[in-house]
Amino acid sequence: MTPSNQELITGSEALMLALKAEGVETIFGYPGGSIMPVYDALYDYTRGERKAFDHILVRHEQGATHAAEGYARVSGRVGVAIVTSGPGATNTLTGVADAMIDSTPIVVIAGQVPISALGTDFFQEVDLVGVAQPISKWSYQIRHAEDIAWAVSRAFYIARSGRPGPVVLDFPKNAQTERVEFKPAKVDFVRSYVPYPKVDDAAVRAAAELINHAKKPLALVGQGVELGGAQQELLAFLEKADIPAGRTMLGLCALPSTHPLNVGMLGMHGNYAVNLKEQECDVLIAIGMRFSDRVTGSLKTYAKQAKIIHLDIDKSEINKNVKADVAVVADCKESLPAITALLSKADHSVWRESFKPLDEMERTKVIEPAIHPTEGPLLMGEVVNAVAEATKGDAVLVTDVGQNQLFATRYFRYPKTRSLCTSGGLGTMGYGMPAAIGATFGAPDRTVCCFMGDGGFQMCIEELGTIMEQQAPVKMILLNNNYLGNVRQWQDMFWQRRKSFTRMMNPCYELVAQGYGIPYEAVTDRKELDGAVAKMLATKGPYILECAIKEDDDVFPMTPPGMSVNEMQLEVGE
Amino acid sequence: MEKLYTILVFSENIAGILNQVTAVFTRRQVNIESLNVSASSTPGVHKYTITCYCTEEMAKMLKAQIEKRIDVLQARYYTDEEIFLQETSLLKISAPAMLENSEVCRIVRHHGARIVEVNPTYAAVEKTGTTEDILSLYNALNKLGVVRQFARSGRICITRGTREQLDDYLAEREKERHG
Ligand SMILES: Cc1ncc(C[n+]2csc(CCOP(=O)(O)OP(=O)(O)O)c2C)c(N)n1
Ligand SMILES: [Mg+2]
Repeated sequence: MTPSNQELITGSEALMLALKAEGVETIFGYPGGSIMPVYDALYDYTRGERKAFDHILVRHEQGATHAAEGYARVSGRVGVAIVTSGPGATNTLTGVADAMIDSTPIVVIAGQVPISALGTDFFQEVDLVGVAQPISKWSYQIRHAEDIAWAVSRAFYIARSGRPGPVVLDFPKNAQTERVEFKPAKVDFVRSYVPYPKVDDAAVRAAAELINHAKKPLALVGQGVELGGAQQELLAFLEKADIPAGRTMLGLCALPSTHPLNVGMLGMHGNYAVNLKEQECDVLIAIGMRFSDRVTGSLKTYAKQAKIIHLDIDKSEINKNVKADVAVVADCKESLPAITALLSKADHSVWRESFKPLDEMERTKVIEPAIHPTEGPLLMGEVVNAVAEATKGDAVLVTDVGQNQLFATRYFRYPKTRSLCTSGGLGTMGYGMPAAIGATFGAPDRTVCCFMGDGGFQMCIEELGTIMEQQAPVKMILLNNNYLGNVRQWQDMFWQRRKSFTRMMNPCYELVAQGYGIPYEAVTDRKELDGAVAKMLATKGPYILECAIKEDDDVFPMTPPGMSVNEMQLEVGE
Repeated sequence: MEKLYTILVFSENIAGILNQVTAVFTRRQVNIESLNVSASSTPGVHKYTITCYCTEEMAKMLKAQIEKRIDVLQARYYTDEEIFLQETSLLKISAPAMLENSEVCRIVRHHGARIVEVNPTYAAVEKTGTTEDILSLYNALNKLGVVRQFARSGRICITRGTREQLDDYLAEREKERHG
């Protein structure tokens, strides 16, 4: 029996129902010609009886994707962005690539010209699936309205399952207006896609065997632990065998920073001891991390003395950068307890103690001067420290990219999970402000502190409009050093101090803040810092705290690019 | 050590997979020597036969990264000993030259090639075999200056193993779908 015309709904309305069925509550978006039918449906679904969503109008489509990322990161749900075709769609690509490399589940729905016009260079036609495919987990063109329920459900399933990532749905206008009978679909199986590989018992036994014989085991904890919700499993694992653990930048909240087995952050600007100890441990256990070059430094020399155990849900990560002696390809929520069950209780206190003198060196040479300076202009480290102290570890940390990111991630504290949004793999300047907006919607009960440099602040500065309109309570801490500081540091260290286009003329941010009606304060004097931070935190809604930062401060420690992790330097020209 | 690997990829019949598969080679800077796309013995499943020179390590990496694409069912790599392989080729030969020079017919026969059509202008010759067989025929004829056109297909192959790995995978997945 064919349904009567009344039971038929438009593809746009079908999209609303499909999104609702996926539990979507918040959508970040920007309208345009090829997505107008969907925006017309959104009119009904964002108000009144049929209200299902909050739609946040961003000011640039890149902002929509980063906001979706920030939302996803803190909430553990899938972030959603809706944009128009052509430039709207291409504007999302940076966010898609960012979400891909950092395993963040988002679904981007872009309008497209009607299928009858595809391939004709129609107004605002771009082969979105073609350009998005290599930088997304899945991209698909929904050519007809009857595919909507299936495609949307499949998109969310793929985005959130296994190793999460971005999915792009290209949605031609004809499919938005065609009328269909809506039949809900629930995709929870795709035969060509195995998101949760089964734990291999032999590999588990081999891993446990190696760990049980280890004298100097070291764990490297990545975001996979947080994505798998395996924090408890991780603690049980580490505690039973008494294994010290470093965390990658994206894995910082996977293990509370106060935990005695936490030995700090890995990587180029991570902590000194753990970087050196990677070259001394006898068994290295990588858990939900991908041996990024920012973590390993030179691969030729990396951890050659150690047996490597690699736990990851994504089999293409195994042996990609670092060859594993034992690999357990599975969700670490499954693999960790399986290994833990076979571990003997151990005491590695002597090995753990051996980190302390190195930690102490870093503390006196780098950390203390960075967070408790007594003279000279303000330093990024002390501002981060002041905010971390004042928020008592309760806040969500969002960073942009550059020195501000490196100082912020180094000196913030992470007692809670899902408390960090930062662009790790792509290093996307401009990520911070929109991601922070997303975070305020993903974690409405938490304080969201966003550290940005003067460069990155201006890269998605248009999102101040979104912050204004939504009164999104982002505490923006602008660390203004009048430089593209991170690049300037490299020029000073490796390019004979030739500061090629890294000094930057800044606008009057106070006037910018005023224009958007956002409370603003500037700090230059160290004595006023704590008070200014307290005032920012006590002010409801958004806030900009601009800190006048020493222009030529460098981030240390640092492993110069291409060098071995044990060649990490505590200060310039070591 | 680099050698010739044949990579077999099976995918769902969804638009755009070929791009995704070849993109993996491009990113890894591995040149594709030959590529053949066809239906497989499983309805709805497409089969890609790709040859390339690379190390085994690289072949493993290519396999893993191809399989990472959502709609790819399986990717495996093989050396020549592990497969039955075949290529085919077509040559267009000048008919007058062929009549003048008896060497042409001798070479065609000697290589076990088949003349599929002769007319006053040209002869169409078909040769199936390994790359070496085909090139040997082509080079011999080309030396005589009689080849007007030459086309060589990509490699196709079937595996020598006794297990049908794609079927095993699909059976396993069907169990998981219901279990
Ligand atoms: C979109 C983008 N463009 C360029 C870069 C290269 N880059 C990395 S850090 C940096 C400087 C950032 O300057 P600023 O935002 O002021 O932060 P600072 O390092 O001074 O804290 C640049 C240009 C980048 N990461 N992202
Ligand atoms: Mg700066």
